[in-house]
Amino acid sequence: MSLDPSFVGRSYPPTAPYQVGREKIREFATAIGATDPAYHDPAAARALGHPDVVAPPTFPMVLTMAANRQIIEDPALGVDYSRVVHGDQRFAYTRPVVAGDELVCVNTIEEITNRGGHGFLTTRTEVSTAAGEPVVAVWFKIVVRGEA
Amino acid sequence: MELPTQTFRVTRADLVRYAGASGDFNPIHWSDRIATKVGLPGVIAHGMFTMALVGRAVTTWAGSPDAVVDFGVRFTRPVVVPDTDEGTEIEVNAVVKEVTEEGLTRLDVTATCLGEKVLSQARATVRPAR
Repeated sequence: MSLDPSFVGRSYPPTAPYQVGREKIREFATAIGATDPAYHDPAAARALGHPDVVAPPTFPMVLTMAANRQIIEDPALGVDYSRVVHGDQRFAYTRPVVAGDELVCVNTIEEITNRGGHGFLTTRTEVSTAAGEPVVAVWFKIVVRGEA
Repeated sequence: MELPTQTFRVTRADLVRYAGASGDFNPIHWSDRIATKVGLPGVIAHGMFTMALVGRAVTTWAGSPDAVVDFGVRFTRPVVVPDTDEGTEIEVNAVVKEVTEEGLTRLDVTATCLGEKVLSQARATVRPAR
């Protein structure tokens, strides 16, 4: 399927704040088998200089995937989600996510290309605290497969 | 410098748990019926689950749970997870590409399943353990 390249550069309104919970971090860490005490025990995290338990590196996907629905479900862009394959993923950290963070996502469409009948879409999500402190930038690239 | 290989077993139960924790309930990660309908050999792992396991390998090598400052991958091949007790296994390797003047270490990472690469351009930058 073809995606309209004129959408490149488009930004979306900030998402409603996401409250990062201690139990959510523990649940996520447990699901990926990450047993380091700093992911589970506030005292261990404080020993590393954090105010509360630290999230594993790919945790921000929990909120950015939901935030990216602004783009994926933008009727004007017209992505057919049933044809979407995850291409690339990147996280660039200013600091780790910790329990107690109140995080806001701002989505921008960074790149759109079409080749071989497939559409390629890269989004950049700036994740910052509700107070405006940058935390992590997240790139999400999908392939929207063309009709076979 | 080559870092010690780390292996991770992946079963269907892991995918169910990851779906719940991450909120990614795409049925190709739990239903053979739907996975085969869209042309996959069967249920596949979430790409982000594979990336999370690689993240565990990276933080283990770094010696610190909060060491990752940059982490990116390209998903090149699905990780098929059979409905067996053993599931499948992902093997993760890395080489130290460089240590920057600021003391950051850049790693080139590979992840394979049944001998085939499942990621490309997998790179991580970590800061030294505190």
